[in-house]
Formats: sequence, C-alpha cells, structure tokens
Amino acid sequence: MSAANKAKLDLQQFIEMESSKSMLKFITCGSVDDGKSTLIGRLLYDSQLLYDDQLEELKQDSKGRASTDEEIDFSLLVDGLAAEREQGITIDVAYRFFSTSKRKFIVADTPGHEQYTRNMATGASTADAAILLVDARLGVSTQTRRHAYILSLVGVKHILLAINKIDLKDYSRQLFEGICAEFESFAEKLGFSSIYTIPISALKGDNITTRSERMPWYEGQPLLTYLESLNPDKEDSVQFRFPVQRVTRPNLDFRGYAGTLVGGEITVGDEIMVAASLKRSRIKSIVTMDGNLPSAQKGDAVTLTLEDEIDISKGDVLHSPGEPLERSNQFQAHLIWMHEDPMLPERSYLLKIGTQTTSVQITDLKYTININTSEHLPATKIDLNGIAVCNFATAQAIAFDSYADNPETGAFILIDRISNNTVGAGMIDFGLHRGQNLSWQSFEINRDSRSRMKNQKPIVVWFTGLSASGKSTIADVLEQKLAAQNRHTYLLDGDNFRHGLNKDLGFTDADRVENIRRVAEVARLMADSGLIVMTAFISPFRRERRMAREIVGDIDFIEVFVDTSLEICEARDPKGMYAKARRGEIPNFTGISSAYEPPERADIHLDAGNRSAEELADEVLRQLQID
Amino acid sequence: MSTASHVHLQRLEAESIRILRQVATDFERPVLLYSVGKDSSVLLHLAMKAFYPAKPPFPLLHVDTTWKFREMIAFRDATVKRLGLELIVHTNPEGLAANTNPFTHGSSRYTDIMKTEALRQALDAGKYDAAIGGARRDEEKSRAKERVFSHRTKHHVWDPKNQRPELWSLYNTRINPDESMRVFPLSNWTETDIWAYIYLQDIPMSQLYLAAERPVVERDGDLLMLDDDRFPLNPGEKPKMRSIRFRTLGCYPLTAAIESTASTLAEVILEMRSSHTSERSGRLIDNDQAASMEKKKKEGYF
Repeated sequence: MSAANKAKLDLQQFIEMESSKSMLKFITCGSVDDGKSTLIGRLLYDSQLLYDDQLEELKQDSKGRASTDEEIDFSLLVDGLAAEREQGITIDVAYRFFSTSKRKFIVADTPGHEQYTRNMATGASTADAAILLVDARLGVSTQTRRHAYILSLVGVKHILLAINKIDLKDYSRQLFEGICAEFESFAEKLGFSSIYTIPISALKGDNITTRSERMPWYEGQPLLTYLESLNPDKEDSVQFRFPVQRVTRPNLDFRGYAGTLVGGEITVGDEIMVAASLKRSRIKSIVTMDGNLPSAQKGDAVTLTLEDEIDISKGDVLHSPGEPLERSNQFQAHLIWMHEDPMLPERSYLLKIGTQTTSVQITDLKYTININTSEHLPATKIDLNGIAVCNFATAQAIAFDSYADNPETGAFILIDRISNNTVGAGMIDFGLHRGQNLSWQSFEINRDSRSRMKNQKPIVVWFTGLSASGKSTIADVLEQKLAAQNRHTYLLDGDNFRHGLNKDLGFTDADRVENIRRVAEVARLMADSGLIVMTAFISPFRRERRMAREIVGDIDFIEVFVDTSLEICEARDPKGMYAKARRGEIPNFTGISSAYEPPERADIHLDAGNRSAEELADEVLRQLQID
Repeated sequence: MSTASHVHLQRLEAESIRILRQVATDFERPVLLYSVGKDSSVLLHLAMKAFYPAKPPFPLLHVDTTWKFREMIAFRDATVKRLGLELIVHTNPEGLAANTNPFTHGSSRYTDIMKTEALRQALDAGKYDAAIGGARRDEEKSRAKERVFSHRTKHHVWDPKNQRPELWSLYNTRINPDESMRVFPLSNWTETDIWAYIYLQDIPMSQLYLAAERPVVERDGDLLMLDDDRFPLNPGEKPKMRSIRFRTLGCYPLTAAIESTASTLAEVILEMRSSHTSERSGRLIDNDQAASMEKKKKEGYF
C-alpha cells in the first residue's frame, strides 16, 4: 500500500472518529477570582490542546506575575484582551475550543463582575450546561445566586457546581458538603434538571481529568469525565418552525424561501401555513447545493419551494397548519437590561425576534426581580443588569412561541434607535390576547376626504427647545398667521396639557417619555382629522422626538428647533422657574438638572437668539411652504 | 454534506449559511474578503451554498499587497472564473508608488500600509457596509472574544470594550450611516473542522498547502520561500531546495513554511494532527509586538 493510500485510510478513520463526536457548549461562571480562567486553561492544558509555541508564550508571560506560584499561570490563556491582561481580570465573553477523544467542546468564559452580568447572559443563551464555580473559602455568594438565577432564566438545565480552591481548605469534606447543601436548597426553585457537585482545585489539577488522591472521600466523577458523559437532552421543539430569511429568485422559474428550521421537521408534500397571512401551501422541494432533500430537520439551513404562488417575504414564519405560533402585538416577557442607560417604559425600541424586526414599547413594567431574594419590586425603570417582567406592545403583530416552548421563536433582543446598541434581551412568557383582536378600523370618511373639505394638507409642526426659548410664543404667532390664511389649526401647549390629559404625570424621565407619547398620539388624531397641528413642548430627548415622528406615521412631521441659548432663556425666566431650579427647588429641570438633547438634523432650525417671535414665525411659515 | 453522519460539521455549516444569508438580507452593500487561503476557500464554498441556486449577492474583494505568492494569484483568478463571480482587487496606490515592502519597511509598517490601510481604502471606495471575513475564534487570543457581527466606526475602528452583546442567533445588524460591520461566519470553526470540511466537500485548494520541493532560506529558524527575485539575500545566504508546505498563506516574505513531505490533503491532515505548533506561528507579523493582533484589529486589520 502506498503512503498516500495509507494516509487516505487513516484519514477516513480520523474523520469518522471526529464526526462521531458529539458537541457540548458550556459556560463557566462564578465570582471574580473564583478561578474560571485558570480552570479553562487547566482543561486545555490537561487535554493537551496547547501547542508548543502557545505553551512557550505562556511560560514567558507567566514570569513576574504575582497571581500564582506555579510555573504557568493558566488564566493568561483565556484572558485575551490587552486591557484584561494588564488589570488581571476578564471583561468579556471568550469562546474556547477543545476536544477529547469523546467530545468537542465550546466553552464560553464569562466575567464575574456584577456590571458584566450581561455577558454572562450572552454566554448562557447558547449553552447546554454550566460550570458554576464557588470559592471554597467564601462559599455561596451573592454572585453565585445571581448567576444561578440567570442560568435558570435563560434556560440552562444542567449545572455543575465546582467547589474550587478546596486545596486551601485542607480538602475538607465537611466544608464541601455544607456549600453543596446551601446551594441546593437555594436552587430548588430554579427548575434545573440536574445539579452535579465536584470539589476541585483548578490550580493543582485535583478532580479535573482524574479523581484526586487527595480527596479519597469523593466518589463522583472528575470534572472532564462529567462533561464528556453529560447528556444535555434538550427537549427539542417538535413543532415545525421556519422563519424566512430571504426570498431567492435567481430567475423567473425559481422562487424559493431560504432559512433555517428552528423547530421540528418537514418533508416534501407536507402542508404549511404562513403565520401572518394564514395562507396555505405544500412543500414542493427542499433545495440545497448538494442536491434536493426528501426532508429536513431542526438546525438545517435549506431553501424551500412551494406548490402555490403565495405572498411570502422575509420575516414571515412558516409552520404546520395544526401547530400555529401565537400571533399578537402584545405579550408578557422577562427582560434582562444590558445597557448603562436605563430602560424607560413607553420609550420606543426596536425588537428583533427571529427574522422579524419591529417597533416596540413597554406598556407596563410590572415589577423588577431582586434575584438574591426572588422578591418582586415595583419600579419605574430598569437599570443595567436589572431583570424585570413587563408587558410589551409592538407596532406590528409578531408571530412567536413562549421561550419555554422554543427559545428560537420566543427570544428577542431590544435595540436602541439612536446608538443601535443591543440594550435588552427578552424571553416571552405568553401572548396577551387583548391586542390580537384590536385591528385598525377603517372608515369611509378618511383623512383625505377631511383634508379636501378643509382645502389643506394636514401636518404636525413639532416645536422643541428649552423652557422660555419661545416655542409657545412663536407657535401662537404662527397660528394667527395661518388662521389669517383661512387654515384650520390647533396648538397643543405643554403647560396646558399638563393641566388636563397629563395631569397624572410628573417630571421624571419615565413620565417625560409618557408625556410626549400622549402628545404625539393626540397630534396624530388631530392631524388625521385634517388639521394643521402645532405642538410646543420642551421634548428634551431625541429618542422621544423620533418616537413622536413614528407615532405620527405617514402624516408630515416637521421638527422645529427653537435654538435659544440657556443664558437668554434663563435671563427671560418669565415664570421664575430657572431661579427656582438654580436654588434646587425644582428637580429634573431641563437645562439645569436634566439634559436637553438638541436635534442633530431638525427640519427647521431657528437661530432664535433675540429675534422677534414675528420674524421667527414668518421664517417657519416660509419654510413650511403651505400652499 | 456528503454524509449525514457528520453532525458536528453539518451544524457548523448551517450556522455559517444562516449568518451569510443574514448579511445579504440586512446590508445594502456587503462584500466578501477573499484572501485565497483555506479559510477563504471554505467561506466562499459556504457562500455558494447559502444562496444556491442564485449566486452570492455580493462581490469578492482581494487586497493585493503585491507580495502574495504568484501561485495564490493564479489560483484566485481561476477560482473566480470557475465560479463566475465578481472580483475586486485593490492595492494601496501610495504604498505601491513608495515601493513599500516588508524588507526595507519592516513587517509592522508594511502590514499597516499595504494591508490595513489598503483594506480601509477599498472598503471606503466601495462604500461597503458589511465586510465578510474568514477569521475563526480558535486562531488567536483576541479573536476568541470577537463577535460574529462586529461593529466598526466610520474610521473602521474596533472597540473591544464596547462590543454589543450577542445572544442566541439574534444578531444585531443595525448600523448608522458611514459605519460598517465585519462579519465572521466561521467564528465557531476550528482548524481541524476546516480541513475535515475541505476534505469531505472536496473544495479546491491552493497547491501551496501541499508539500513540494521549493527554494527556501532559513532565518531565525523560519523557513522562507523565494517566490521571485525580489527577495534580498543576506551575504553568504544561499537558497536550498527543500520539501516544504504552508499551514497558512499570507505575503510570501512574511509567511514561514514548514518542512513536510505531505503531498496530499490526507497526509496534510494527518500531519496536522500530530503537530505541536499553532498555525499562526508561521505568521511573522503576529509576533512583532505584544498583543499585536488586538492592536492591528483596533486599527482595522481583519
């Protein structure tokens, strides 16, 4: 046999061996200094996955570091970013790969600092199991509880509780059992399928790959053996779910729907239904570059063609007719907040679920959860790393399952409209059906007919600027000028609004957001009736002005920035408000103790300064070009 | 996949296809960074699969430093022709005019001008809002923390402390005007996975990955191949013919070869199994300063 042929034969054995391995994704978590990075480094080292050059670099780097007396500081292997290496802490999620003869592993190493809890939720969202590290000297800590709760919330079912640094506690069985008992009683209500407890020393290698001789009393598996044999038996969703990513139309003869099955399976000839339109058809073919398939399973990325030409686009979800998704524009969900800026109810965010993206608002912040005590706390906002239960309302109805039924169709992220950051991660509990039956009623007499009768095009002119910048005065003059042209108008004024419709609202950030939402809704209704609507509200936040623009929808929305400097406004101070605010008598006063975010691109920018209201109103009128 | 039993690779393949489709759907002007190496070959193969029976709805971009192995350029052109795809080749014109090369300018400055700066120029010129690359998390420490969808400012800067959390398979693809995204569909593949997939799918590869007699000089223990007569020899240095191959392909003066007799893909994979050095150790640019990859990435290097 030639060398090449022999190589081919060996290779086939190798590939067979490699491919017969299953894969386990797990996350390591615990408090700062519990030794997570050391444990992963130890696993890589003991499974001999380190190359010589990596080992040499590691030995070099380990010199002169105080964190260990050993020759090699394993934590250096996983602490990748330069900043972390300088500070000696882990600040982000790192993914590591190793394999044994039985299994391939992807490890998410996540930080223990409280402010980085979002990263832990990120790592947990794709994990089959978790190693939760506890420092034997400290026992179950607040962080341990927090992380266990997040694991349970995100649906990780299998917990390996590793009591680390047991060497520093004389390998004490009593201590080990005490910590385990405390954790188990706490975790009872968290719904894990299994909790396995192992006393280890990541630094010394006790109970990592082999059972330690220094703990003859421990009769369980060493850590690696446990990871190799764990059956994650995720209850795979059996209901067919296919979110459409793209419509593939290479030519007129082919129309396919590209996507990944995220639940169940499908066979050629099966009947399917589109979640939004309830249209039905049958699977004609399951197309891949390697040839058409008779059937496809959860996880497969394929392109489906159908027997009938029905209207399907990206964002649609296909399912079996007897197994529909929920469809609603309102639902309840658990939310993990992931950004420094707090979540404010009524603020508008983008929601991404599967291949669907839409506007969303939190309509009811029911409570936040103190995860150390499981206590429900009333709240008006959610801070970074906060966990809350909320009701949501989306602009368009979405198709979803509960997260417990299928994480792929029940998980969503929230995106900030300005920064585009991912600010929240949500898990849907259930749909709220009051939204489902509320559809927009269309009437015969519509905006067009009402506008024609008034012989004008309805618009919303949205004035924004500091208190005393001249918004109301300019709007007042503008309205008089419009009235003189026989225009039908209405002016919504901030102070007047707060005496009536919004008298239940204060001046906290959350209340300001709700204030603007109501104003925008009223402005829309009035413009829909055919009126030219002017609003004069400080409306200090960009997001809310953008939200107002969205609420107003297809009616023209003209943002007018009355740009008067704080000095001038403060000098005017017609109601003595600035003086009071300066004395600290008014909290949250815009410009003094609360921010004003000037528009980046106002439709009309009034360099107001000391110009007269008459002059400024004329400028607005000219730019509005009302014919 | 040719056989249904390769569960692990099937999952990786499906994940990559899903990511590629999302790029094409969510971005207006995506581009695939094609560097001719083995990872690029796998990436391109997956792109062909993701949009089948249509062609990938984005062009390929190759940043040509003019110091690539000649065989790489020939392979690149043959591949593009075979698949019927659009290829954009960019070389930094100022760098070219200044005759920037790794010998007189040093590897760090040369890489900065002919690779990092050239890439920024090409991305700006094409107004590309998403650049798809073949980097893997198992390659290097700072890559282990890279997102699948990795945000870049309008100056192509990566801020490793301010990365968006990436949960489930819900990738946040939103960017503001002038910003861009780097996308890494092979994030979860390992070197072993790449080779096994190339073998099973019979993906065409550059011959440089296979051992052959080639002219080399040895410097500081690194075997450097002489691809043309631009390679300046030190006094007394004489190239020798040795049987070598490459584990990774870059610019030829910066990519060290390994001594090997593995002249078939099967032999290469078996040899790799018993290897004791990581693949990037052949990349001389990684080692020229501490945390050098992270620094380069912040500046816009892939």
